[in-house]
Amino acid sequence: MTSIWIIIAYLGLLLAFALGSKRFFRGTSNDYFVASRSIGPFMLLMSVFGTTMTAFALVGSTGKAFEIGVGTYGLMASSSGLIHAACFFVIGIRLWAIGKRHGYVTQIQFFRKRFQSSGLGYLLFPILVMLVVPYLLIGVIGASKTMMGLTGPKGPNPGMFPELFGATNGAIPPWLTGAVICLVVLCYIFAGGSRAAAWANTFQTLVFMAMGVLAFTLISNRLGGLGEAIANADPGHLVRTPAGEAGVSKVTFLTYMFIPLSVGMFPHLFQHWLTARSAKTFRLTVIAHPLCIAIVWVPCVLIGVWATGVPALEGATPGAVLAKMVGVLVQDPVIVGLVTAGVLAAIMSSLDSQFLCLGTIFTNDIVLHRARREYSDKAILLMARGFVVAIVALTYILSLVLFEQNVFDLAVWSFSGFAALTPLVLAALYWRRATKVGAYLSVIATAITWFVLFKRSGFGGELTVFGGVMPVAVCWVAGALGMVIGSLATRPPDAAVVARFFPQR
Amino acid sequence: MKGPTLAFVVAFVVLAALHQDNWNWDRADLVFGFLPVGLAYHAGYSLVAAVFWAVVVRFGWPDRLEAWAEEPEEETDEAGGGGR
Repeated sequence: MTSIWIIIAYLGLLLAFALGSKRFFRGTSNDYFVASRSIGPFMLLMSVFGTTMTAFALVGSTGKAFEIGVGTYGLMASSSGLIHAACFFVIGIRLWAIGKRHGYVTQIQFFRKRFQSSGLGYLLFPILVMLVVPYLLIGVIGASKTMMGLTGPKGPNPGMFPELFGATNGAIPPWLTGAVICLVVLCYIFAGGSRAAAWANTFQTLVFMAMGVLAFTLISNRLGGLGEAIANADPGHLVRTPAGEAGVSKVTFLTYMFIPLSVGMFPHLFQHWLTARSAKTFRLTVIAHPLCIAIVWVPCVLIGVWATGVPALEGATPGAVLAKMVGVLVQDPVIVGLVTAGVLAAIMSSLDSQFLCLGTIFTNDIVLHRARREYSDKAILLMARGFVVAIVALTYILSLVLFEQNVFDLAVWSFSGFAALTPLVLAALYWRRATKVGAYLSVIATAITWFVLFKRSGFGGELTVFGGVMPVAVCWVAGALGMVIGSLATRPPDAAVVARFFPQR
Repeated sequence: MKGPTLAFVVAFVVLAALHQDNWNWDRADLVFGFLPVGLAYHAGYSLVAAVFWAVVVRFGWPDRLEAWAEEPEEETDEAGGGGR
């Protein structure tokens, strides 16, 4: 029960901290969508890092290392350190500049104007929404499963609340966890928009980074120290040689580098970029992002590798490894509560930005874009809040309906889809010759190859092609070819349009 | 492409290539007695990536872009919710 009180206290603190930002809310839609472009360097770093790190940062990294070994870090973390920062520098700063100059708050606004096509927005809109939804579900379902693991039956003993929740054998049921998580996030997003998200993300990111390090220190102590812990681990997990489940092929490792490109097209990250006070605000984010990744991922990967040498963890499902290592080895309800709060923090720091961005793009790219009359700023604010409530409600219902489905495998497919769309944004920003037809062909070629491969995977399973190549690489090449062929085959865009999006040489 | 930009692009490509450390694939030796070499290499890689980006930020910062963003334009494209 102590653990539950700690989690309740964490949620209360988070709410208080996030709602504290309300004092700075200026009551305008611009403040709601992009915090009046006033966020400073540290908060931008924390909010961007917190948003890119999902439940996968603590739970998934440990589980994946338990499954395939030390290769997890190179596969998912060190490549992200290089590529994410590249996306912030090459894509983020330029989009911030264009967004500030022309007053954009969504990606679709930019693409519509850059390629002079309203239809491109309607093509992109469902694709972006469909790629964000599984990502949202992963968060809500992940939180529910974490709480069920914490409060569920341990061996022959029933869960924490046998009289209250008989149907789940005493565990807190998904409908309750989902409702609490969604309500907490909704409260501060509804009240303060992107400023509240930035404040909340800063708090959450500090919490999950600290809890990861805490879990690492305590677990290594219980295993007899760092040297002892690694000495007992399965030797097959200390290398990357493919053997059974462990290891990773060299081709897969190489082509996995396309996945981190996804941050270049995340709509929620785009919105965070636009909150920056100035271009210089990005400096800390670009430099410190690889270090923040190392601080979170190195300890988690080591915990996962150590777990292969702990008899009590034999046969554990990868998603349960971190919780079991803390529960079995540390056995302290205070620590269990703190680490669970850390996991929830990692999950919620992505959820809030995603809810807000969907509300923002519905409002701006569909309703206001189609509107035949001028709406007052108050009406726009009301509309955005209404959409956020609707999206939170829909996500909550979907998370209950799909609770038993394995939506976690969808994460890589969601990231692959976003990553494969980066030829579109790169060409829009750096290639003056890129045309509307090129943009359409790029999006369509990406969507078709993505769907064909997604279907081949059995709608969300693991898949590699051509002897280990990740599907994202194929989709990315298709999108790039579509952009180049479509653009070169059609007349260059008007010089006046190009001049609006490219600073003079 | 100007000199410093070209140098940064070349350095980025070299760094990206160094990510594929085939020579560490089957090695299980430990660094500092607790870090498998494959993990130690990539942890070090993260540090090098941070240093690389610090150098790019220091010597390749797009000042011109920042000034361009701050220049006043006659009107913004998006009125609703999009104003500065």
